[in-house]
Formats: sequence, C-alpha cells, structure tokens
Amino acid sequence: MSSHYEAPIREPLVLGDKSYHDITVDIAKPIEGKANKNWYIAFTISLIAFSWGIGCILYTIGTGIGVWGLNKNIGWAWDITNFVWWVGIGHAGTLISAVLLLFRQRWRMAINRSAEAMTIFAVFQAGLFPIIHMGRPWNAYWVLPIPNQFGSLWVNFNSPLLWDVFAISTYLSVSLVFWWTGLLPDFAMLRDRAIKPFQKKIYALLSFGWSGRAKDWQRFEEVSLVLAGLATPLVLSVHTIVSMDFATSINPGWHSTIFPPYFVAGAIFSGFAMVQTLLGVMRKVTNLENYITRLHVEYMNMVIMLTGGIVAVAYASEFFIAWYTGSPYENFTYMSVGAATGAYGWAFWSLILFNIAIPQLLWIKKIRVSFIGSFLISIAINIGMWFERFDIIAIVLSKGHLPSTWTRFEPTFVDVGVFIGTIGFFGVLFLLYARTFPVIAQAEVKSILKVSGENYKKLRDGSHE
Amino acid sequence: MSNKVIHALYNDDDILMDAVKKVKAAHHHIDEVFTPFPVHGLDKALGLAPTKLAITAFLYGLTGLSFAIWMTNYMMIEDWPQDIGGKPNFSWVENMPAFVPIMFELTVFFAAHLMVITFYMRSRIWPFKEAENPDVRTTDDHFLMEISVHDNEKELTALLQETGAVEINVIDKH
Repeated sequence: MSSHYEAPIREPLVLGDKSYHDITVDIAKPIEGKANKNWYIAFTISLIAFSWGIGCILYTIGTGIGVWGLNKNIGWAWDITNFVWWVGIGHAGTLISAVLLLFRQRWRMAINRSAEAMTIFAVFQAGLFPIIHMGRPWNAYWVLPIPNQFGSLWVNFNSPLLWDVFAISTYLSVSLVFWWTGLLPDFAMLRDRAIKPFQKKIYALLSFGWSGRAKDWQRFEEVSLVLAGLATPLVLSVHTIVSMDFATSINPGWHSTIFPPYFVAGAIFSGFAMVQTLLGVMRKVTNLENYITRLHVEYMNMVIMLTGGIVAVAYASEFFIAWYTGSPYENFTYMSVGAATGAYGWAFWSLILFNIAIPQLLWIKKIRVSFIGSFLISIAINIGMWFERFDIIAIVLSKGHLPSTWTRFEPTFVDVGVFIGTIGFFGVLFLLYARTFPVIAQAEVKSILKVSGENYKKLRDGSHE
Repeated sequence: MSNKVIHALYNDDDILMDAVKKVKAAHHHIDEVFTPFPVHGLDKALGLAPTKLAITAFLYGLTGLSFAIWMTNYMMIEDWPQDIGGKPNFSWVENMPAFVPIMFELTVFFAAHLMVITFYMRSRIWPFKEAENPDVRTTDDHFLMEISVHDNEKELTALLQETGAVEINVIDKH
C-alpha cells in the first residue's frame, strides 16, 4: 500500500523475513526462555560489586564522610563526579524516546525501551550520591519544601542545589511514566502469551489491564507525543541545572557561561556511549540482531560524533579563554596549560585522549558501522566523560587562591567501593530488566514493519529494478 | 434481549482498514476494534472524536506554573524572607530569575503526571485491572472488530466474510 512507502535508498530497520507474529516471538523469547551461563556470570559479578558498594555505603554512613578522601579544600570529589557522570548517562534514554520521536526518526523504536531503562537505572545511581554525601541520609527529606518544626524554615529556592532536587526528581518520575506507558502494550502481549499462571498474573498486573482498543491507541499516541514535547525541554533542563551547581559559583574554572550547553552536549555524548556499550552486548545475548542492526549503531555513532564535537569545541574555547584572560588564576583551571603540565596532568591527558582523540576514529565508516569498534570506542568515552567531571571538580578545587592551601585528592577504598557498587547496582537492575521486560518496543516496531522491514521493502522496490 | 456480538478477526492492518471502511459504508455500527499496535488512520475511519488529552496537559501545566509561583512567593518572600547571597527577598518579581528553574520543572511535572493519570482514568487502565480484549491474539498479530447483532447475524457474517476476515465468531455477551 502506498501509505507504507519509504524511499528505497533508506536501509531497512528490521532485517530478515519477519511477520508480526515473528516480532512477538523474537521479543518474548529472552523472557520466556532460560537465562544462559553468561547472564549468570554477569549477574554474579554485578551482585558482588553491588554488595561491596552497600558495605562501603554503610561504612560511610556509620563512621562519617571522613572515610572518604575529601579534605578541607576538595570537599567534593568522586561523589559529585559520579553523580554528574550517572546523570549524564541518564540523558540518552529520554533524548532517544522524546527528541527522536518529535523528529519522527523510526530507528529509535528498536532502542528506546532499553535506553529509557538505562536512563532510569542511571538516575537511581546518581541520586544515591548526594544522599550519601549528606552524611545523615535519614534527613534527606529536608530537601523537600514541607512544613516543619524549625519555624517553619523553608528550603532555599535561590540555590542551584535545590533546583537539582526538583530537576532530577521531575526527570526521574516523568521518564518513569513515559517508559511505563510505552511498556503497557508490550506487557499485555506477554500477559496474553503467558502459559504459567504466576507469569500471567504478574504481567496482567504490570500491563494495567491494557486491551488495545482503537480509542486507547489514539490516546496512547497523543500522550506519547505530548510527553515527548514535555520531556525534550526537560532533558535539556536537567543537565543545564546540574551545570549551574558549578556555573553559579565564583570559582575560576567553574564560573563559566558556556557550562549549560556544554554539559548538555557532554551528557548526550556519554549517554549514547553507554547505550552503545549496553546494546552491543544485549543484541548478542538476546539474539535481537535483526532489530538492533548496523544501521542503528551507525546512527548512534553519528549522534556521538556531533555531541562529541560540541564538547571538543567547548574544551577548546575554555582552554583559549583561560589563556587569553592572562589571569594567573585561570592557569589553575581544568582546561589550562597549568592543568596539562601540573600534578593532575595525567587526568587532563586522559580526558583529551578518551574524549576527543579516540572518538575521532568514528569518522572512518568502517569503524562507525563495526560493532566491536563502536563498543570499544563507547567504553573509551565512558572513561573520558568520567575524567571530564573529575577534572572539572578536583583540578579546580586543588588549587585555590591561597597557595598554602593547595592540596591533592586521593580516593580511599571507600570512594572506589561506592563507585564500583553503583556500577554493580546498575548492572543488577539492567540484567534483571533484560530478563523480565520486553527489551524492544514491539508494538511500535510492528507499526513500522511494513515501512522499514527488509522483506516489505524488497517486495515494493523489486518492481523498480 | 440477547446481547449477541460478532467478533471478526483479521490478520493484516491494511485488510482491517478496508474492512472498517466497508462495514461503515454498509451503515453498521462498529462497537470496538482491538489491535496489537496503533494502526494509523483507524480512529478517523471509525469516526472517533479527536482526544482532548493535549488540552488537559496544557491546563495542568498552567496549574503547575501557578503552584510554583505561589509556593516560591509564600516560602521565600512572605513566610520567612532571608537574605541569601544578597538576592532581593522583599519582592517576588525581583527574586523571580532564581525561581525560573522551579517554575519550569513544576510546569512539566504537573503537565506530564496529571495528563498520564487522566489517560489512565479515561482509558480505564490501572494496576489490578482485568484486561478486556476478547481474544489473546489481539496483542500479537490479530485485529478484532466487534459488532452488535440486531437480528442481522447472517447479513453481517456475509459482509464480514467478504471483507477478508480470517475468523468470525458470534458470542453471547453478558
């Protein structure tokens, strides 16, 4: 039918000779089947890391923040680095599902579910750090504007840290309902296929009794579109506000007006890298190679090249301005000759290598469409983006205006443990998700099958050749 | 009075769309259509009114914005004004730039959540709700059209057969 037309020059997004039923079977398979050995190995490793993290968190709370490597000058280090790193990773999911929906990009449908899951799990990890860093996490509710016995003393709405509370909780909760609403038809599919009564009960509960009436679908599409419209500025606002934690301070190196766009680009950069890392493994483990294809990998790499380019230009301008001001204080910022040649030179050069040099390999088409190449580069970007935040925080704080206070940050095993623990926690959540949730938005993929499916494209385009 | 309905199952969205148009042209009322994925144009073919959820989202957003303005004004200006970083604490308007992030976030928070809750309520979906699709295949690869029977069972069956239904069942609905 003509309404399913797509230009023949566009490569298919669903490979193989698939029918609607095949999509159902392929996406239900990882859930209905048994987990393989690799899954158990990965899950055990994640669980061990997570347990170690819990131990380190309990030790921190029981003994005090003194067990971290923080000192009088560097009062923020790994904790806030990890917080910003995880929030940044959490940006790709909503970008893929919201921004790409507004731009009508069909390739988002194979990856949006997992990217959103990653977003939600990453924001969980991010949220842990400020709460642990409070020292008295049982008072965490003090960040909420609720009446209290102190006067009542309200929260400070002038503070970017409070803006963060509002931005991140809005982001987490809106991403969650966006994700869950999209999941309803897919849970319904699993519910209607389930043979075991327990499984049926669980998926019936999760699907909220979704029945797929014409009116429901009409509302579903409208809600998805409006949520995408709301989530697009929301996702940009979150890292903008995170950057204001630094930019509204008066530290040289932090007090920078380009921080908001630069942080947002960096967040998307790191988020897409993490999606690449996770999906590179997941498509193999769950046998979904026909849905997450080379084309998807290439498109994601293009987004990585664009946002990575923005980040590189931001570094260059920060470096240039630091030098151009002629101010000696600027020579102690994270993007300066001082940083490149100082005690933290190794961190500076790691950032340049992992975040700017290595991603340039993606200009080569062969690497851009290669699964292994993309996977390795995405790991490099994950490391590079961690160093970016560490450099911004630790290098800037290590050298203040008073040389006698200059100091260094040395992480203790607890700093390392909490970080590893959040990676483990993230792994545990994602692995459980991959076994129990439909990892691809099958209803949406079915709706594009006739447009972008390989077999349908061949049928249509065959007559022209 | 018997509550007989016909369930016609189709296995293709294009055949379903043509069938809907034919049944409509024959002046039969289609009670419901269950599909495994959104079929574009189906709501128009069925004559469903456009949804007003986007309008409710706009109104909820305005509510959130108003709430944020009220809250920042009450807490920071009226109830306990404090001098924080020399920011003006005697007038909301002058302190407003610092409140923009809060105003924005609460607008989005209210609009998104209340719209989704409205959607769930209007479509009657919530935890522990029983599913109402009459055939489990409608979440996989089948499309089901439900039509009430008013002593015209034979005529309807013949019409539906003609439209390419793969299965036709007459069911007593309670």
